[in-house]
Amino acid sequence: MFAFIIRRVFQALIVMLIISLLGFAIKQSVGDPVREITGISVSAEERDALREKLGLNDPFLVQWVRFLDRAVHGDLGNSFYFKRPAFDVILSKAPATLELVFATALLVILFSVPIGIYAAVRPNAWPARFLMGASIVGVSIPVFLTAILLIYIFSVTLGWLPSFGRGELIEIFPGWKSGFFTWDGLAHLVMPSVALTTIMLPLFIRLVRAEMKEALETEYVKFARAKGLRPSRVLLLHAFKNTLLPVITVGGVQLGILIAFTILTETVFQWKGMGSMFIESIERADTSLTVAYMVFVGFIFVVVNTIVDVIYGLVNPMVRVAGGRS
Amino acid sequence: MTRIKQFFNSFFFYRFIRDPVAIGSFIVLAVLFISGFGAPVIAPHNPYDTTTIDIMDSELPPFWYPDSDSRFLLGTDSQGRDMLSTMLYGMRVSIFIGLGAVTLQAFLGITIGLIAGYKGGRFEAFLMRVADVQLSFSTYMVAIFFGALFQAAFGMGLYENFAIPMLIFIIGFAEWPQYARTVRASVLGEKKKEYVEAARVIGLPSRRIMWNHILPNTLTPVLVISTVQVANAIMSEAALSFIGLGMPVTRPSLGSLIKAGFDFIFSGSWWITLFPGIMLVILILSINLLGDWLRDFLNPKLYKG
Amino acid sequence: MGQLLAVKDLTVKFALRRSSLTAVNNVSFSLSRGERMGLVGESGAGKSVTGFSLINLISKPGYIDTGSILFEGRELTGLSDEEIRQIRGNRITMIFQDPMMTLNPVLTIGTQMVETLKAHGNISTRKAEAVAIDKLRLVQIPSPEKRLRQYPHEFSGGMRQRIVIAIALLTEPALIIADEPTTALDVTIQAEIMDLLITLCDLSKMGLILITHDLGVVSEVTEKIAVMYAGKIVESGPTRSIISDPSHPYTKGLVKAIPGNIPPGEPLHQIPGMMPTLTDIPAGCSFHPRCEYAGNICTTQIPDLAPVPSRQSNVACHMISGRLAPSDIGSAARRKRQTAIAEELPA
Repeated sequence: MFAFIIRRVFQALIVMLIISLLGFAIKQSVGDPVREITGISVSAEERDALREKLGLNDPFLVQWVRFLDRAVHGDLGNSFYFKRPAFDVILSKAPATLELVFATALLVILFSVPIGIYAAVRPNAWPARFLMGASIVGVSIPVFLTAILLIYIFSVTLGWLPSFGRGELIEIFPGWKSGFFTWDGLAHLVMPSVALTTIMLPLFIRLVRAEMKEALETEYVKFARAKGLRPSRVLLLHAFKNTLLPVITVGGVQLGILIAFTILTETVFQWKGMGSMFIESIERADTSLTVAYMVFVGFIFVVVNTIVDVIYGLVNPMVRVAGGRS
Repeated sequence: MTRIKQFFNSFFFYRFIRDPVAIGSFIVLAVLFISGFGAPVIAPHNPYDTTTIDIMDSELPPFWYPDSDSRFLLGTDSQGRDMLSTMLYGMRVSIFIGLGAVTLQAFLGITIGLIAGYKGGRFEAFLMRVADVQLSFSTYMVAIFFGALFQAAFGMGLYENFAIPMLIFIIGFAEWPQYARTVRASVLGEKKKEYVEAARVIGLPSRRIMWNHILPNTLTPVLVISTVQVANAIMSEAALSFIGLGMPVTRPSLGSLIKAGFDFIFSGSWWITLFPGIMLVILILSINLLGDWLRDFLNPKLYKG
Repeated sequence: MGQLLAVKDLTVKFALRRSSLTAVNNVSFSLSRGERMGLVGESGAGKSVTGFSLINLISKPGYIDTGSILFEGRELTGLSDEEIRQIRGNRITMIFQDPMMTLNPVLTIGTQMVETLKAHGNISTRKAEAVAIDKLRLVQIPSPEKRLRQYPHEFSGGMRQRIVIAIALLTEPALIIADEPTTALDVTIQAEIMDLLITLCDLSKMGLILITHDLGVVSEVTEKIAVMYAGKIVESGPTRSIISDPSHPYTKGLVKAIPGNIPPGEPLHQIPGMMPTLTDIPAGCSFHPRCEYAGNICTTQIPDLAPVPSRQSNVACHMISGRLAPSDIGSAARRKRQTAIAEELPA
């Protein structure tokens, strides 16, 4: 088991190294750190001096190691546009994205579990067939189109919901402004989270349904029935509890898709989170910030995936034997 | 002639002709492909020809509105271009990139998967590991990141000039692991069978065994994922275009048309963004439905990697 | 000894899109209180489906088509789901084949025992745990108080099957249906578990239906046997007479195949051929393609299960059921003449 964890962590480190190398190479070829610091109103001699002082004439690998060293200490360079450390900019945008993701996760869990269970128990009933058909339609509609449709219906035509921004915010911690505690903030949250839910929901309904179907076929569920337990207990405790682990682990792997869709959703609704910041940084050619975002998201992603894998390995003895689930 | 006769008598055709969803989505898809690739002939206007475009015609609504113009069936966009024609040209770009990206990923994935499955070895094991990691990041995220890296590396202008090959490369590169894993898994299954043993015994070179004997037997799962992959590639292209990492507005795909029209939704000109959106959904949906049917029909043991 | 269970003309079918398959065909048997019966046959013969159908636990497209199941004076077919649930796991309990799969891996042994008691009566958790500990002790699980808090994976296969038996005993049932209870276990543990089961059945006068393909096990522990083939009972009667002198050609084959009946060094006996699948059961006697005595009548007419003269057993075979003397069978050399006789019979 210990060896398994070590191997996973080692692999995670390699992935991080590769991400940082890619990001750094781009930064090297495009961004000019001197420009980031000084702007353009500085003479060529002064720049050269600064260049030497910053070690920018050192070999590529030496600079990369320096970049890594700084990154480990939370220094991902400075944003050209914001004139602030990129890491600080990302952190200031994180609450918006986290709140959007949290609201979406809540909606996905709330709907996917009952619908998935229902579709597994009654696979041939017409509501189940309809829902499975609808889920194919659901994955075929790009998230930004759902978002645009929602805006057209509920903002432009009906005028019920605000179409952009986060609305009125309340600072709950230093640096964390939340929209959860005002009606205006919640109203702004409705459409972005619903749009993001429509694209994630079909994935999870199919997942819950598949796992639940498998669990219902097992001997222990049959034995639970043979013990004369009430059907609700057989379904919700014996079958469903066993689907939780695969649903959580497979769900954890969907994080990459969620991040990508968050970027799209935030762009449509001008939701001032990390995703729209990323797109804006590309448009502004703010390469430091672009790279910093990639390294940061890559880091979170690798950490979450490794934790999920290790938890899975801890609980499921089969993984330890097979040596790695992927 | 006999081939055609054989096809119409086949079980495949029998099942196909009795499934309204399959026939429906096939017909829709055929119409879309033909009208997309035939856009220069079919489209009533040429949206690239600036001489025929009049800014005075901008934002005209579709035909059922009283103030519509009979020249423009589905209305016009902000520059006065005919929506229908623009969409047909845009769909051509979308389909072209989608097919190109799938061709590239199939080529990469099948080659790597085949060699990794048949010969093994450290380098192949490493490539499959890369495939796993890349898949866990999700193809969308990889595509967006590579799009961002490419645009940063080449600069906006160069990127837009070579947008089509760039996008084909990015999406193809982001999605090759799907093929590699599918092919490798079925190669590992096929390798143990006796016909491979027999081919080896009679002394065929392994390259020939791989391509002529094993590959044809792995094509069923490849065919199944291919349909879904085309839909995914078109979807990826639309997403990249929507966030500004795809086709420029001057040579729009469906995704960049949606992006360009988005701002006008607030002034009520919904058709500029929603018509290309509806076309995109119909395109993707019909491919997905056809893929679903194909998977049910072939029902291969889609090997889990 | 009062009657506990009477199954009459039970037919179980599996619904297909347009037609249906018959998995259990016109099966009848009965059981007295505390009596033990073996339901024997190859896999796919319908013995498990018969067992499961008694407590209406056939998996989905299956359904009871016709027949009656009289248990403790109560008709079980036609009961509502809730009524049958109260009997299932309470008056009739089950033991499954593979103890590694039977217990839910994410729930403690205690939870899985207590919930059974709570499903069948208003009982406090504390009292239910006391009963559970009591039963665990009965199946010889050491330090049961502690074991109650543990998960299935902390037990060996043999231990788990003891726990499954303990669960089956919780509600003091009148009948236990054991579906291949020792097949998945190590040979050394098999006898141990079987002994335990029999002792406990005797102790509280429980009836037992032992579903198995192993005639050897059945011969040691049951009082009567029903042999099933392709969904039908082909022979039934007291264990001793069937084992020592089987009448049906299929039973003969099975008895011959018991390893103990073969001198060391001899090859094991085999019945040639395979049991038909439900989709293509042959016309007439379904055993005739594999039967060395089969005559023309066997290919067209389905034999009834009828008493064999001068024996206590019932047999479904044209070649015996009084129409032909039993002494006529048994020698392959006489087979030709046999066939000739059969051909003269009206079809």
